[in-house]
Amino acid sequence: MKSFSRNLWAATSLCVAIGLGCVVSCQRSRPPTSEPTWLPADRGLRSVADFAVISDDDERSRALFLEVAKVLQHDRCVNCHPAGERPLQRSGEPHQPLVVRGEDGFGAPGLGCDTCHGESSYLNMPGSPHWHLAPLEMAWEGKSARAICQQIQDPQRNGGKSPAELAQHMTHDELVAYGWAPPEQLEPAPGNQRLLGQLFQAWLDSGAVCPE
Amino acid sequence: MKLSIEVNGDRHDIDVDPETPLLWVLRDELRLTGTKYGCGVAQCGACTVHVDGRPRRACVAPVRSVVDKRVTTIEGVSGPTADAVRKAWVSIDVPQCGYCQSGQIMSAVALLTKIRRPSDEDIDHAMSGNICRCATYIRIRRAIHQAAGDAE
Repeated sequence: MKSFSRNLWAATSLCVAIGLGCVVSCQRSRPPTSEPTWLPADRGLRSVADFAVISDDDERSRALFLEVAKVLQHDRCVNCHPAGERPLQRSGEPHQPLVVRGEDGFGAPGLGCDTCHGESSYLNMPGSPHWHLAPLEMAWEGKSARAICQQIQDPQRNGGKSPAELAQHMTHDELVAYGWAPPEQLEPAPGNQRLLGQLFQAWLDSGAVCPE
Repeated sequence: MKLSIEVNGDRHDIDVDPETPLLWVLRDELRLTGTKYGCGVAQCGACTVHVDGRPRRACVAPVRSVVDKRVTTIEGVSGPTADAVRKAWVSIDVPQCGYCQSGQIMSAVALLTKIRRPSDEDIDHAMSGNICRCATYIRIRRAIHQAAGDAE
């Protein structure tokens, strides 16, 4: 079960990725226009429509990823993508009490993540189904947007998801959804999950270029 | 709202807000006061119980989350591992004031259920969420090692 869950994480982590071959072969979409289907900007996250003014494909793609990275680099996401053996909490301080990732990312035997984290946030306690740490190869702590962009395109570090699966993950995954449903004392990630999904898809469609 | 929960093998029909912490239900509704209130925010471990055999902090578990699950408290924990832990705790005279000890024991049983011969590091990682103001940590560690031997 744990092995399955681990794979599920690997497959559905925020570490979204596309195969390099697809980057080369995917046809770029036309610059986005003010289509009514674009969701509006929300709480610090811009609408895809806001990027239509950038006519250069590469420049627009880079700008779109930087917008996506506002979510990926937010504390709600990075805290469970630590570079070490311990998760972070709040604004990036070490998790209290001391907990470790364990063999499968679900904590130590006898003190699993689910000892405290339930299936949804409750009182002061963050929660979501399958609460656990991202594998070490998916660590984002301390990394730039460019580094994360390159990382999520590396098949060794992206869970092997197709672009369509990645976009689906961004829009619908329950653990991703937690980023916008923390307890009251914690700041939610910018925007909302559907808007993130649109921005991510637009980045894919624009060629998935990484920022400098 | 009427809910039905299983605690220590007994079914209880209760009428509470489903958002009520499990800890309040155990102590105030079912009068199972062996499970302690320490901090109320999952920072001390005094309220540790088992839900389907896994440790759970009852102060941050809504009672609705344990419907259709098996809750075990310090009053009901049993079996060879629990017996070995109880014997070791008495033999080494682990508690001082005792307030945190039901939580310590529930975590220790959960650890030994997963790892029959835990190392010091295994113990530290499993027990780090259970704090003890009397600082009985050294005796707790000794008792877990002793219980591991006795349980085999």
